[in-house]
Amino acid sequence: MSKTKSLQLAAALLATSLAGGAQAQTEIQWWHSMGGALGEWVNDLAKDFNASQKDYKIVPTFKGTYDESMTAAIAAFRAGNAPHVLQVFEVGTATMMASKGAIKPVADVMKEGGAKFDPSAYVPAVAGYYTAPNGQMLSFPFNSSTTVFHYNKDAFKAAGLDPEKAPSTWPEVALAAAKLKAAGHKCPFTSSWISWTQFESFSAWHNVEFSSKNNGFGGLDTRLNFSTPLHVRHIENLANMAKQGLFVYKGRGNAADASYVSGECAMMTGSSGLYANVKRNSKFAFGISPLPYYPDVAGAPQNTVIGGASLWVMAGKKPAEYKGIAAFFSYLAQADVAAESHKRTGYLPVTKAAYELTEKSGFYKANPGTDVAVVQMIRKTTDKSRGVRLGNFVQIRTIIDEEMEQVWGGKKSAKEGIDAAIKRGNEQLERFQKANK
Amino acid sequence: MSVEKRVLFRSRWLPWLLLAPQVIVISVFFFWPAGQALLQSLQQQDAFGMSTEFVGLDNFRNLFGDESYLASFKITALFSVLVAVCGLAVALLLAVMADRVIKGAMVYKTLLIWPYAVAPAVAGVLWLFMFAPSIGVVSYTLQAMGLDWNHLLNSKHALTLIVVAAVWKQISYNFLFFLAGLQSIPKSLIEAAAIDGAGPARRFWTIVFPLLSPTTFFLLVINVVYAFFDTFAIVDATTHGGPGKDTAILVYKVYYDGFKALDLGGSAAQSVVLMVVVVALTVLQFRFVEKKVQY
Repeated sequence: MSKTKSLQLAAALLATSLAGGAQAQTEIQWWHSMGGALGEWVNDLAKDFNASQKDYKIVPTFKGTYDESMTAAIAAFRAGNAPHVLQVFEVGTATMMASKGAIKPVADVMKEGGAKFDPSAYVPAVAGYYTAPNGQMLSFPFNSSTTVFHYNKDAFKAAGLDPEKAPSTWPEVALAAAKLKAAGHKCPFTSSWISWTQFESFSAWHNVEFSSKNNGFGGLDTRLNFSTPLHVRHIENLANMAKQGLFVYKGRGNAADASYVSGECAMMTGSSGLYANVKRNSKFAFGISPLPYYPDVAGAPQNTVIGGASLWVMAGKKPAEYKGIAAFFSYLAQADVAAESHKRTGYLPVTKAAYELTEKSGFYKANPGTDVAVVQMIRKTTDKSRGVRLGNFVQIRTIIDEEMEQVWGGKKSAKEGIDAAIKRGNEQLERFQKANK
Repeated sequence: MSVEKRVLFRSRWLPWLLLAPQVIVISVFFFWPAGQALLQSLQQQDAFGMSTEFVGLDNFRNLFGDESYLASFKITALFSVLVAVCGLAVALLLAVMADRVIKGAMVYKTLLIWPYAVAPAVAGVLWLFMFAPSIGVVSYTLQAMGLDWNHLLNSKHALTLIVVAAVWKQISYNFLFFLAGLQSIPKSLIEAAAIDGAGPARRFWTIVFPLLSPTTFFLLVINVVYAFFDTFAIVDATTHGGPGKDTAILVYKVYYDGFKALDLGGSAAQSVVLMVVVVALTVLQFRFVEKKVQY
């Protein structure tokens, strides 16, 4: 670049930055944890909103994984420069709810911002999770997923199984796994998020409690109680499958996702949000079907519980900024925008209107499996199946991971592992109750 | 320690002035944070710091009432001994070899020092890839040799993995100091011993090793501190403390409780305990091991 050219460029940059300043746009900082394809989605949402009006400018910033961005936001809040909007994963919900002075309920933001806001327009199983006991919606449901069953149709065909008929019960999963193994498959079945899929969703799916007091919705004095014969039987089954090489443990969190997408594992229970990744990166025909259940349990299958994240508004900002946030959330909730997000990511539709719009467009027919998560979630929930909202949930999930590793490794029996997890988990719940009086 | 060097300053404030930069750096980066940790260890705070409650020794009581915390002392002791011993032994071996190399010494040394520039988390991920049960190079080889490698469920495998990664990361540092130590040993001593008929092994154990003892001692202290404090990123990147809690060393729990679980009081209490342990260990090393050191 020649000297005059670079000077010209500098002048142009200066001019645009001055012009931007003169317009006096209200900037709204949005910290999120969406990487890769999902990061592009978030940036597009901000870009489209910014182009749709000129008073506010949403500035999305990727701050690492969910726990990293939460830690970053907390540090920023303590230093007095928190972002306006923060994306928080579902297990952080109880912590955010308990931090009353740090957050501003979304219902208030919408009301003060003069935006039209009808909580009943949102999908109940999703919005209910982020609603306080007094009925006030505290955070904006942004990207919600649920647990589904993923399977590799090519592997099914190779093992002599019907690729169009996914196993719908756990006994059928074990049978399919045995056939896959007999056909030489090294990893017939695996699972991501052990606590979420095998305990939380498993409980709701069979309409039994994971934790007392309606899984934590009814108060901070909730205690874990997933030691029913049904739970023990399920973990025993999985442990037996592990011993026979039918269930292969691939690590904590979503570590198993990669082994399914690569084709190494043939079946997996995991997040419906994996859809975008499987579609883009897998080299096999894939199927998505409802979570398996035990057919002899009355009332099963009920519904599954959500995962994913919501958007929290931080306290202590200017009224104009809250107005901007209200406008942005209204934009996200528009049926066409929400439907587009749902189709693009595999996350659940935020509003009922978005679901209907997607259905009308014929998307579910053209992309079989994408409606599984929605169908699982859109049912009427019971007190036992509304979701799981616990304090110190991050630690409790880790405790369940730790104890189950002992079970898969054969060091503890299913009952011992479950009892230890409950005992250690309840200590966390007691501590949270005490800290939040 | 025969002759002590003493410098006398005429002015009173000059020594303080000369010390000032170091004192300031230590105060800001060590004493102040350490004081904060002490204070926080006696408090219970919610994540956002909206409410702070003085809870006395509650955080410590919680810790020592937790069986898994006590168990992690044992794991940490085993881990630290393995890291310090393996790290020193391998580095010493490499340094002795490097000391004898004449051709291409620079290349050899540079390659050995290289890993020091790698961040612990990256070192962890690197070894994780090589040991990944289904796709890793090392685990593939092990499987071919009939060993079913699975650090996700086998705690011995998991411990081996973090020790290997932690040692590898520290070898460069140890190597550098050992090499410098070896090169400062007068050649005449070794030659004299050789003339007297001492073989290479005898020369090493009776001359080189004792003369290296100040370096070895220094490195022992540094390595123990490293194993106690700087290894959480390796654990976080590879095993997350699993299977169960079998590789959850103390400093990993400090990191996990503080930064993942947002329990700052509990995390601060653990870091205070850790600080006490390391201070005690260092004092012990100076009292008992240093006596065997020949300066």
